[in-house]
Amino acid sequence: MPLRTLPLLFLNLGGEMLYILDQRLRAQNIPGDKARKDAWTEVDRKRVLNDIISTMFNRKFMEELFKPQELYSKKALRTVYDRLAHASIMRLNQASMDKLYDLMTMAFKYQVLLSPRPKDVLLVTFNHLDAIKEFIQDSPTILHQVDETFRQLIEVYGSLSAGEFQLIRQTLLIFFQDLHIRVSIFLKDKVQNSNGRFVLPVSGPVPWGTEVPGLIRMFNGRGEEVKKVEFKHGGNYVPAPKEGSFELYGDRVLKLGTNMYSVNRPVETHMSGASKNLASRTEESIAPNPLAKEELDFLARLMGGMEIKKPSGPEPGFQLNLFTTDEEEEQAALTRPEELSYEVINIQATQDQQRNEELTRIMGEFEITDQPRWSTNKGDDLLAMMDEL
Amino acid sequence: MVAADSEGPKDPGIGMFRRERSIPLQGSAAALCNNLSVLQLPTRNLTHFGVVHGPSTQLLSAAPEGVPLAQRQLHAEQGAGVSPPLITQVHWCILPFRVLLVLTSHQGIQIYESDGSVMVYWHALHFGDPSPVHAVFARGIAASGHFICVGTWSGRVLVFDIPAKGPNIVLCEELAGHHTPITDIATEPAQGQDCVADVVTADDSGLLCVWRSGPEFKLLTSIPGFGVPCPSVQLWQGIIAAGYGNGQVHLYEASTGTLHIQINAHARAICALDLAPEVGKLLSAAEDTFVHIWKLSRSPESGNIEVEHCHGECVPDTQVCGARFCDPSGNSFAVTGYDLAEILRFRSV
Repeated sequence: MPLRTLPLLFLNLGGEMLYILDQRLRAQNIPGDKARKDAWTEVDRKRVLNDIISTMFNRKFMEELFKPQELYSKKALRTVYDRLAHASIMRLNQASMDKLYDLMTMAFKYQVLLSPRPKDVLLVTFNHLDAIKEFIQDSPTILHQVDETFRQLIEVYGSLSAGEFQLIRQTLLIFFQDLHIRVSIFLKDKVQNSNGRFVLPVSGPVPWGTEVPGLIRMFNGRGEEVKKVEFKHGGNYVPAPKEGSFELYGDRVLKLGTNMYSVNRPVETHMSGASKNLASRTEESIAPNPLAKEELDFLARLMGGMEIKKPSGPEPGFQLNLFTTDEEEEQAALTRPEELSYEVINIQATQDQQRNEELTRIMGEFEITDQPRWSTNKGDDLLAMMDEL
Repeated sequence: MVAADSEGPKDPGIGMFRRERSIPLQGSAAALCNNLSVLQLPTRNLTHFGVVHGPSTQLLSAAPEGVPLAQRQLHAEQGAGVSPPLITQVHWCILPFRVLLVLTSHQGIQIYESDGSVMVYWHALHFGDPSPVHAVFARGIAASGHFICVGTWSGRVLVFDIPAKGPNIVLCEELAGHHTPITDIATEPAQGQDCVADVVTADDSGLLCVWRSGPEFKLLTSIPGFGVPCPSVQLWQGIIAAGYGNGQVHLYEASTGTLHIQINAHARAICALDLAPEVGKLLSAAEDTFVHIWKLSRSPESGNIEVEHCHGECVPDTQVCGARFCDPSGNSFAVTGYDLAEILRFRSV
């Protein structure tokens, strides 16, 4: 499995998460009603986004992320986003977190699938980063962090060959295989069918570097063209207008990865109905996972680099709902198929104070200065603690 | 469904195709290239299909009407690593005295009896210089005479000498010629012909190497790439058909490596090519949801390579990842698609 896929996966999913949170925070903003305890103000919204973005782009975290490594399971990755989403005063309950993750994954799956060239997934990533920079344009420190990551992306991925990008694309698609959650914004825009599959158009511009199909050219032994024949290829394609920019600034041309949510469009998901495809997903979640320890070590390393800001003062966490009403949320929780529950590793304080310290430290309750070094014993302790919770 | 036929086909046998009954799969097909292998067994009125799901591969056999009869799942051998290793390809190899099933993965190469019941050989990939930056895997499988050639991530092609029966398989040669991961290997279907060039290997950079098989393989010529991978390649009567990541199919003269035909065939990367050797039909499938069928031939006067478009079929909203003819005359073919848990079948009317 290509060992350079994780940064692209993480940054794009993170970007989608920010689009959705931004939209929900704006939607739940009731201007002028500051007396209401559950109202989100503009200041709160910016603060939440700043907190999450600065945690995402923390240098130590990015260092860990960019190390060549395999993609870990969906469960492990989901835990990282759980943590990230709670890097601020915002609180999400399980149902909202599930829905958020569904939307993130289906959006990025769509973007990878529809990317005309495998290399275009890098343009998708740049679209996300461009938008993230706009979210925090008033904070020069965080902006600098994001630019650093941008430069690192250009350095690592700018020189990869088409073949290496094809491998990365295949790896991402394997990661998203069998996910067919219907998203109402996709259904409305007719980019997704009612069976959960994405629409693959057979018209429009061809990818940069590809010719419009329909021509056969024949050459003689000396390389001279001797004949041209056309054939009916069945699609309705036009030439590509221009190539997107892979620089720090520039016109990306591609629209995939830009923010498709606006304030007025409700953000909903429908759970895909009983589908035989769920059978293959259940396989993953119920099969025994003897390598869970390695995954936990990965989480420890990755989140050890996450500097989570401790909420200053006695302010309570603000609840954010991804559903428009409480009833809708309850209904979603009840009807959510068992197989789609992500079985998040929920790490909370335990009674045992001594064992707890190590664990709470990696979970970022306190600022991390050193990377925790794990001996086998500590890893096993971690695993034992998981089982007890 | 959109089907496009060329105007005025010369051969009255070339016509429309219609969808036949699909064969359900236990798991969806993974987004790999060449992700369908077909073993035709006309004497037993059976067809075997092999599709890679991810960490597992499904083998199934079906009757002519597409009714599934038996199925089996194979897994890649677990090695060191976090998750179960992913399989990259499954392919039946037809040798003079036996048929073997080969599975390549991120751990190594597994060779089975043709029904997948018994593993007869297992080759773990040696890391050599453990370089954590590159993924390690095997990919690209083809039989040439009594050899089985398998490609690797480094560009090396492993040549295994296969005995007429039994598990005494020996790695006898490693071909050097490529420096990027091998994508596909093609061999001349008609053995015993006076062919000099009978093996073609392709890689992620688009480079093609043309070989003559034997106790020692000889590199005859190479055809450079042009910045896109060549995921699939076929060889027929001295004609190399290569499918590229930019949607083009090129036809080369195998003996000289000269390009004779360039087809702007698809709007996305090509994922599979297949041949119906009895009639010289070529099938191309790509991520643009289209499958096209072409007729290869040589001009009787000049001997030059010629091609004619026969048929185009759109598989709506499906990123095709594998396609194969199901009979030697190319009157039927099967298709797999990413995320699709069935094998789609088409037959000409």
